[in-house]
Amino acid sequence: MNPFSRLFRGLQRTRQGLRRGLGRLAGGSPGAGDFEVLEESLLAADVGPRLTEEILCALREEGGKGDLLERLRSEIHRRLEVAEPAKMVEPTGPEVILLVGVNGSGKTTTAGKLARRFSEGGRKVILAAADTFRAAAIEQAEAWAERAGCQVVRQATGSDPAAVVHDALEAARARGADVVLVDTAGRLHTRQPLMEELTKIHRVAGRAIEGAPHQVLLVLDASTGQNGLHQARGFLRAAGVTGVILTKLDGTARGGVVLPIIAELQVPIRYVGVGESVEDLLPFDARLFVSGLLEEDASSPAGAAL
Amino acid sequence: MFDSLSQRLQDIFRRLRGDAYLTEKNLKEGLRDIRLALLEADVHVDVVRRFIEQVREEALGAKVLESLKPAQQLVGVVHRQMVNLLGGEEDAWKIPAVSPATFLLVGLQGAGKTTTANKLARWLKRSGRHPMLVAADWRRPAAAEQLKLLSEQSGIPLWAPPGPMDMESLARRSREEARRAGLDLILIDTAGRLHVNTELMEELTALRDASSAAEVFLVADSMTGQDAVRSASEFHQRVDLTGVILTKLDGDARGGAALSMRATVGVPIRFVGTGEQPEALELFHPDRLASRILGMGDVVTLVERAQEVYETGEAEKTAARLRKQEFTLDDLREQLRRLKRMGSMDQILGMLPGVASLPAGLAAGDGQLVAVESILDSMTVEERARPQVLNGSRRKRIARGSGRSVSEVNRLLRQYSEMKRMLKTLSRRPGATARAMFGLQKGRR
Repeated sequence: MNPFSRLFRGLQRTRQGLRRGLGRLAGGSPGAGDFEVLEESLLAADVGPRLTEEILCALREEGGKGDLLERLRSEIHRRLEVAEPAKMVEPTGPEVILLVGVNGSGKTTTAGKLARRFSEGGRKVILAAADTFRAAAIEQAEAWAERAGCQVVRQATGSDPAAVVHDALEAARARGADVVLVDTAGRLHTRQPLMEELTKIHRVAGRAIEGAPHQVLLVLDASTGQNGLHQARGFLRAAGVTGVILTKLDGTARGGVVLPIIAELQVPIRYVGVGESVEDLLPFDARLFVSGLLEEDASSPAGAAL
Repeated sequence: MFDSLSQRLQDIFRRLRGDAYLTEKNLKEGLRDIRLALLEADVHVDVVRRFIEQVREEALGAKVLESLKPAQQLVGVVHRQMVNLLGGEEDAWKIPAVSPATFLLVGLQGAGKTTTANKLARWLKRSGRHPMLVAADWRRPAAAEQLKLLSEQSGIPLWAPPGPMDMESLARRSREEARRAGLDLILIDTAGRLHVNTELMEELTALRDASSAAEVFLVADSMTGQDAVRSASEFHQRVDLTGVILTKLDGDARGGAALSMRATVGVPIRFVGTGEQPEALELFHPDRLASRILGMGDVVTLVERAQEVYETGEAEKTAARLRKQEFTLDDLREQLRRLKRMGSMDQILGMLPGVASLPAGLAAGDGQLVAVESILDSMTVEERARPQVLNGSRRKRIARGSGRSVSEVNRLLRQYSEMKRMLKTLSRRPGATARAMFGLQKGRR
């Protein structure tokens, strides 16, 4: 099955709604009612009131030429584009990827899927089970590693996660691994001591391998609301987030909060999670994401369920 | 939690306070700001629209317009509507009197079902029931293992099905296991699932029917955005939810999802999860939360927490020692420990009226509490009872032992003697308490 059709399957149910809402303006110039439809649609997608207002302003100023939906699409597209960060020095040893995020966003699952992805691409992967807090998180990581066919470095529950990371990086160098995926414990961005722990993990990684961690990916649940922006800020401060992974996009949530996040942090979305199986992690596709964000029935934003 | 929303609303009300009358013009501006604040708090667009309309209607009543204090009037209106939205002054939840009763915990992946299952089991045990946990999530790797570890720590009996089984068998075997162990409440932790997954949702319906569940709780993440309404109503359609448990409220989520779900699905919010510790689960009270959101403080919860932590006898004993000025460093250590059990400094301060308007950063005190405690822990029993023996070399030893600097040890001792001096003043002039407390606050840094 084509992986993209998976993503589409979720979106199809809600297709055509916005177009229908805007249908009556075909030809003429958009009126106040049309902007209201757009506003509700953006708000219902978790884009947030500020950025929604900004986008609508931009559309109004443009002066009503062309298809409104098409112009909206390109406004959003523009906001998803982020200048690729200048490639730092190519990692000489293994590439180290740190996964961070709040509780329940899907870090361990994503680590497992990434491990599989990299393994299949012919890279030798080590999974560092650095969530030493949550009961059975290590066992969960081990189960995923088995599915992905990669090695795990672990210690006992309750041990220092920075020590696990140190061990994993040493092991990776000794065994000639290509990638180290670090699964960290979920933490709320408001818990200062836990955020400091993350800073320490970051520092320890950098001491073990030069330039590590090479990527710090924020794992974000697509159903998150405006709090996602606060999360992103917190994790950026503590661990220097370099990219976002948007999980659970196969539900009805549309993940619009990444728009204000990208606008502020200027980091790209790397992957999206669209299902429970190992192959349901896809590289981010802006075009698909935007259509998913917009094709909602705006006349009843809560959708068919209500 | 909810700090930012209450901060926003307080700003709005403060601005209105400058106006002599509530006019259509300033009402419109006030409502526009309230709308924005609610949207930023992730309240669903439909719910916001309805809420604003109701507030406008009530506020436009002649009585309000003629009022001399527009801000207060509007606060009153918003508060009333907010309490309504959150479920009104409905009866508090009571544990169903069925025995054995089955509770289901359902929800999306990552909402916090397993953590909540353990917390709820402890809560029920404290309330006099004999719960048994059932680890019925065999989809997420190691989920059963997680609940098993948690239940062992909590001393709650657990039954883990040997492997995947149909829902009828799951319900029947759970009942058998509970009966055999003489337990009267079965708490089933189900696998997380998406509300659009028809197959898995039908499975839940089957489990609900087979277990004739007395309670079906939706466990929902308080950081959820607009989608909360849709997922909650899908779950409701399938399994007739009886309540919602809102998790991860200890962060800075503004909890709009709570308002949205209550308003659209119509299911009461029963519990809120407020931290990672297994005790961090509280009954939900709409009127208190509405007050919290509006920055009126939640003193009732604060008092209740204090009552839980301080047995009455203890409190009296401490008070007596305070009066007699026998308050030693040992007593201080004991007080700090109790304070910590009430929650984080931010949580405690958040329950006080008007604290949302304090400058950010003033509430950051947890780290200092830990420092003070570690210094106290590094002292001998004698040193805590008679601090006057603390000479230079003892202080150096304590600093080394606690990983703090000598000056931090000195500062603590200085604060302690200030406290004693204050206590002396207090026992002479009881009215000075508030001022003295504030002095203590400032001296903390």
